[in-house]
Amino acid sequence: MTLIEHAPILLIAIPLLAAFLTPIIGRINSLLRNFEMIIALVSTEFLAILLSYDVIRNGIRTYTLGAKIPGLTSPAGFPVRIILEVDAMNAFISLIASSITLIVAIYCLNFMKEQRILDKFYTLLLLLLTGMLGLTLTGDFFNLFVFLEILSVSSAALIAFYVQRGEALEAAFKYMVISSVGALMVLFAIGLLYGQYDLLNMAAIADSIQGSFLDKVALTLLISAFLLKAGSVPVHMWKPDAYGEAPAPVSVLLLTSALISLYVLFRIFTIFAINPVLLGWILAILGILSIFLGVSMALIQNNLQRLIAYSAIAEMGYIILGVGSGLVEFPSPTGFGFTAISGGLFHILNDTLDLGLLFLIAGAIFYITGKRDLNIGGLAHSQPTLAVFFLIGMGAVSGLPPFNGFASKLMIYESVYYLNPLLAIIGILGSILMLAIFVKVFSAIFLGIPYDKELRKIPGSMLAVMGILALSIIFIGLFPNLVLESIITPATKALINPKNYIEAIL
Amino acid sequence: MFHNIPFIAVIVLIAIGLYGVLFKRNLIKIVMGINIIGSGVNLFLIELGYREGGVAPIFTNAPKLEMVLPTPQALTLTSIVINIAVVALMLSFVTLIYKHYGGIDSEKRRLKG
Repeated sequence: MTLIEHAPILLIAIPLLAAFLTPIIGRINSLLRNFEMIIALVSTEFLAILLSYDVIRNGIRTYTLGAKIPGLTSPAGFPVRIILEVDAMNAFISLIASSITLIVAIYCLNFMKEQRILDKFYTLLLLLLTGMLGLTLTGDFFNLFVFLEILSVSSAALIAFYVQRGEALEAAFKYMVISSVGALMVLFAIGLLYGQYDLLNMAAIADSIQGSFLDKVALTLLISAFLLKAGSVPVHMWKPDAYGEAPAPVSVLLLTSALISLYVLFRIFTIFAINPVLLGWILAILGILSIFLGVSMALIQNNLQRLIAYSAIAEMGYIILGVGSGLVEFPSPTGFGFTAISGGLFHILNDTLDLGLLFLIAGAIFYITGKRDLNIGGLAHSQPTLAVFFLIGMGAVSGLPPFNGFASKLMIYESVYYLNPLLAIIGILGSILMLAIFVKVFSAIFLGIPYDKELRKIPGSMLAVMGILALSIIFIGLFPNLVLESIITPATKALINPKNYIEAIL
Repeated sequence: MFHNIPFIAVIVLIAIGLYGVLFKRNLIKIVMGINIIGSGVNLFLIELGYREGGVAPIFTNAPKLEMVLPTPQALTLTSIVINIAVVALMLSFVTLIYKHYGGIDSEKRRLKG
């Protein structure tokens, strides 16, 4: 009965309970409510750190819901209960999710101050975190579907937060249509798998999967549904609307949830491993297309958040490209495949930090000027700190040394080059274009004659969280090996050895 | 042939729903399409757990031991609840969009699909 034994379920339960406590406490006092929310998020973060530390040192940890001993997964030779399974890979992802939510919540305390329905906003924020962590930690297919729906419902409601604007409503409706069709396809695929193997546990199905025609149909449905949630190229159209219309901090969370869908995709991909070479090539090509389309559409945008949304599509392309080309070597990726996968996973972390910083800067610009487009000019005179943060985010997103984007993108380029030089060249060109786009944005917003209208002051807490993000970008950029050795390499090893994941259950 | 009819119904329901989502311009019809896909998937889950001549899986007062599988029924129940939540949320979006624009035709604006 130690804390670490129950950490997986507490990670999901604490934000869920706090979500429904929030409106009740908000009735009494709004300060108390903020305090409660931050306490819940800090304890989630603490548990995530504890769990990651334990998992990286002692191997996979399972938690069986309702069993007398949490580690007892399959009493009758096959798993009957809902099982949460944490290895180095999902511990890493849950760490990202809980930290970024904590940062966003602190940012929201001042950013959202004037809004009326803050109780509901924070409830949805915590529910979104619940959905993300549940999606990450669960080892059960039906559970996966439930958390997927929690995630989409709460994020749709958050996208429509500015209810008075018609575009926000349209974006939320679009997101909801796409994600609910995707989720129903996931459920259909789960039904197909359940009908054949009478199992719902991911590891147990992976152990007994035959690779029949129906399995392939189910796998195709699952993979396309999660690509849809992640917003890769053929199904990217919801992304700019949703990211562009949501409040800026919410866009950061939407970005994180898209990356979590990618994690689920990779997990399903590696444990089932049916025809990995073909699927790896498909992923790599989709990644290249995402990079190409993302940067070329970002070039013509006039709304800052929409522009960052398109560059988010491109950045996600790098992750898919890296992991996809690593999976081509799948059953035993040793040489360039290993580098490619760890580069892709490293880029998940860097992507959240870089684009998170840029989204938060876009939010701050909206906060002080009330404008969403690029025609501002001259902000650097009155807001030098913001300009420096933007420069850091810009350098990191376009992969310049000494920022963190450079470290992961270099790993992706050099390993993808062995697969096919053309892919690496297109990737590098995408990065250069990205730099060009953000230089244009920088000069449009920050340079030129001083902004003449009255500016609001940026609250200290907003600047502080942006500073934390900027500092961690520089830190990871200067010492990439530290992060790689302590977190990324165990995560990559956990992802490419699905045998351990399966054997921990059976 | 005869026992395949439920599966054919599943395919037909999902096809009708997808048609509604993809080709209809009225937002309410899109929501209806999603609800129909949901019903199709629920029917599929129920059909997976059906056993010929089985009774409801309530162990304490069952007349015989031949039961339909309980797991798909639990899944279906959960998925029905989730579907209700999703459809309610989407209909509330439609109401707000109607209030804002005075129409629910998707072709007239940026929104497509």
